[in-house]
Amino acid sequence: MIAAIETIPDWLAILVAIFLCCGGLIVFIGGLGLLRLPNFYQRIHAPAIAITLGAGSILIASMLYFSGVESRPVIHELLITVFVFLTAPITSMLIMRAAVYRDLQAGKVDYTKPRGQRFPTEE
Amino acid sequence: MSSVLLFAISFAQICVLLAMLFCTIRLVLGPSAQDRILALDTLWMCAMLQALMMGLRFSNDIYFELALLVALTGFVSSIALAKFLMRGEIIE
Repeated sequence: MIAAIETIPDWLAILVAIFLCCGGLIVFIGGLGLLRLPNFYQRIHAPAIAITLGAGSILIASMLYFSGVESRPVIHELLITVFVFLTAPITSMLIMRAAVYRDLQAGKVDYTKPRGQRFPTEE
Repeated sequence: MSSVLLFAISFAQICVLLAMLFCTIRLVLGPSAQDRILALDTLWMCAMLQALMMGLRFSNDIYFELALLVALTGFVSSIALAKFLMRGEIIE
């Protein structure tokens, strides 16, 4: 199991390590933003970074690593990439619509005034 | 050179684990229901990344299928929860 790590060339190992470190840091920043940002409408932007850039980096690292181990191009991680990049905007759009709908229902937003409003306060 | 790679995998896994911890805190604290759904969606995504990196660590292809299934299930559950939040029912 561990012996397969020894079989990939050095430059590929360093490239995979760089992509992994970038991806991990970006996912960490996304999680921190989800925890620390003050409002829901600002918070929904943080996981978008983690999903697109962070998951993209880690998927590229996985593709490079398995290509190095098996000595041929292995690109089946593209399935996950395409699926995630297609579905992440749909999910966040539906959550955003639900949030706006709920805030309108609760009377936190005045829909007769389309601009110049502050974010709705949180209790 | 494998030690560098193992260190990078461990570093990335710890980073994603901390992100999962933050998501869990937001899931518990979250003032509104949409915050909780957003945190759950991010948690699914982090679980998918953890499965991918376990595949890297053990050089095993089977974790790829696990990651694909986790991504699929997370998408369906997030969509269902968001629809429920919007309308109060899932299938109209």
